[in-house]
Amino acid sequence: MKEYPTEPLKCWQKAKKIREDYYKDFAAAKEKGGIRWAGGAWSFSAIPAGLGDDVYCLTGEPYGASVAWNKEFALKCQEATEAKGYARDLCSYMRNYWGSILLNKYVFGGEFPKPDFIWQDHICCSHAKWYQVASELEGGIPHFCIDVAVGPYHDLNENRLNYVVSQLHDGIEWLEKVTNRKYDDKKLIEAVYNECRSTSLWAEICVLNKAVPAPLDEKTMYSLYVLGTLMKHTKVVADFYEELRDEVKDRVARGIAAVGNEQCRVITDTQPPWAFLNIFRYLEKYGCVSVGSLYTFGLIGMWEVQEDGTWGPRKTPQQKGIKIRTRDEALRILAEWNLARPEWQHFYSPQLKSEMMIRIAKEWKLNGILLHYNRGCEGLSLGIAENRLALMKAGFPVMTFEGNMGDEREFDEARTIARIDAFMESLGMSKLKE
Amino acid sequence: MFQKFKEWYENRHDYAKEWKEKTGGKVLGYFCTYVPEEIIYAAGVLPVRIFGSHEPQDVTEPHIFSMYCPFCRDCLAQGLKGKYSYLDGIMIAQSCLHIRQAFTSWQLHIPINYSYYFLMPNKVQSPRAKPYLIGELAEFKSSLEKWSGKPISDKDLDRGIEILNVNRRLMRQIYELRRNANPPLSGLEAMEMVVSSQLVDKKEHNEELEKLLCELPTRKESRNDGVRLMIVGSENDDTQFIKMVESLGATLVIDDNCTGSRYFWNEAVADESRLVAIADRYIERPPCPSKDWEERRRLPHLLKLAKDYNVKGAILVQQKFCDPHELDIPAIREYFNKNGIPSLTLELDVTVPVGQFKVRTEAFLEMLRGEELF
Ligand code: SF4
Ligand code: SF4
Repeated sequence: MKEYPTEPLKCWQKAKKIREDYYKDFAAAKEKGGIRWAGGAWSFSAIPAGLGDDVYCLTGEPYGASVAWNKEFALKCQEATEAKGYARDLCSYMRNYWGSILLNKYVFGGEFPKPDFIWQDHICCSHAKWYQVASELEGGIPHFCIDVAVGPYHDLNENRLNYVVSQLHDGIEWLEKVTNRKYDDKKLIEAVYNECRSTSLWAEICVLNKAVPAPLDEKTMYSLYVLGTLMKHTKVVADFYEELRDEVKDRVARGIAAVGNEQCRVITDTQPPWAFLNIFRYLEKYGCVSVGSLYTFGLIGMWEVQEDGTWGPRKTPQQKGIKIRTRDEALRILAEWNLARPEWQHFYSPQLKSEMMIRIAKEWKLNGILLHYNRGCEGLSLGIAENRLALMKAGFPVMTFEGNMGDEREFDEARTIARIDAFMESLGMSKLKE
Repeated sequence: MFQKFKEWYENRHDYAKEWKEKTGGKVLGYFCTYVPEEIIYAAGVLPVRIFGSHEPQDVTEPHIFSMYCPFCRDCLAQGLKGKYSYLDGIMIAQSCLHIRQAFTSWQLHIPINYSYYFLMPNKVQSPRAKPYLIGELAEFKSSLEKWSGKPISDKDLDRGIEILNVNRRLMRQIYELRRNANPPLSGLEAMEMVVSSQLVDKKEHNEELEKLLCELPTRKESRNDGVRLMIVGSENDDTQFIKMVESLGATLVIDDNCTGSRYFWNEAVADESRLVAIADRYIERPPCPSKDWEERRRLPHLLKLAKDYNVKGAILVQQKFCDPHELDIPAIREYFNKNGIPSLTLELDVTVPVGQFKVRTEAFLEMLRGEELF
């Protein structure tokens, strides 16, 4: 049996520090006279950047995931939300977030920092409503939400793009009004360049995982991709991803593996049950590495089909030599860029997700696929049963497991482990270590 | 008086098949009440809303994850079981994710020669929604032209708008009568009337409504209204449930359901451009929860209905797992409470647990009656 060399990531501590600073800075924003906003990880975060350098954000999904990771606190949040009359089957990130407001506790310590405004976009049924409720719970903070549900990218036309771009224009006027600040287009343009750079780079990093052995595994990738969900529009993140890309490239060149005994490769689809990331460690007992998920690849990565027909990073405007000069140009590029996000496509048809996953299965040389029937996210589990059928039809073994990304009451660890055992057996794998 | 509506409601499939035979026209099944029916009528196509059957089934398990609402699985089940084999096409207007799930599975597994995803904007409160919607209406119109092989003229659109507007106006007039003490129709009858309008040719439906309007104001057998209630919530065509509530000495006098008032409340107002008129109508209609943001426009609308119809309490119903309604219900409950309207929340499944609901409804009614004493 083959054993590959392994070594820790050199830039690991840096990633940790960026993340820590992000949450600290948000909490301390007021001490610096700064502005705080909250919204989703999918929101057009480059836009508030035009308000100044002292603008800090808190993106809801990664925050909800951080809460989930802290099982005890998560339970308190969920119970507080339920006590307010909200149903238990609603988005668990959202419930963790609301719970923090209700308890007035920030998962990183102290009181829950109240944002000055909310800046969100809407494609899943919960998006706009999440912050409608958050705004009310916070005593009525101003709230602006952009409707991005304009159909799949391959059907994009002028009318659809204009709908999003014109809302972005309105949004900027609104931001000026609620913050009483003058908007700086230069800062916007910078942020757009950064966002394109960091999201294209993340796709490039994921592509490097096509290598055997895979230089990264899913669990590690979560700690890295998260930076893009926090502030994809910043130079800090774009620069970090450049550094990471170079390091991962070097790992591939030197044959460094994420899982030393890699024998078998799988991928997952949506968010994992955050409180139980140890299932990925369990896979390693079989020499099985999860090389990522459609979620990590497609939420932060921006992709396009390359000249050789494979999936790879999308060319940024800078790489194409495009010079952004005006606000309108910046907004058009930003809108178009975001509308191509892989994770937005399958809101319109499960087939689009199945096609992406089949492509990944082939190009990343997978032996099987794990589908998380995630009770915590209605958005990304949309059409999941159809994905299962399509993947099996395409000849890929599929294991499903039911769980919840943010509410541990809905995850049965023992049952999932038993399923993994059965699945590994069906793939002809046996446990290499206990 | 309401017999015809009940018949239509119960024999919807036979009706559609006969309609096809009689007219040689096409039938288009739809999944959400934001579809611009005006254009479908203009094309000479019959729009029919796809509903479930309220019977337990096990055919959707491989297609829909269990955390999606029972209504969407019930709808898909009907398709998988071949109940809608007469449909020539299906369409959806951008709706909640749940019903979208039924639509996309239908596209994948039930042979059909036309399907259309109509991109209804969600942020109807944005001034940008209307121009966008007009563009989408134009796309849909040309798609229908291609499918039906006939151009749709302004005259056709006028006809479509008129058929829909008449239907809305007449149902609104009938709803007005429900404001009276001892209204001449029950909540059940109202529901069968509105739901049947989503199932049959509205020209015929309009004729039936006209007849009804002549007779209804002087209807003899008017019932004692008992406790006047409002019903608010998701899709609901559960006649058993309504019957049960009304058997307990209550009358449902008004609703905010997409199988009720939300469907027909406002008309399209004539405009030089027909598509502008249609766009206005869908932007302005009483919103579904998933389209009601950032401002909560449903709340004042609901309160106005409650006051206009002089209700004593409200039953808030939602399909199990229905996120959009689950997201609104606490706010509605609180708002109603503040405004002196007590409410009871019930969660619907494919089959209603009548016994359990009965106990809870009885207790609720008792409480409302008790309030009247003091
Ligand atoms: S349900 Fe999923 S897609 Fe929707 S807001 Fe929650 S995490 Fe996001
Ligand atoms: S009941 Fe709720 S989830 Fe189901 S179709 Fe209606 S709005 Fe959607």
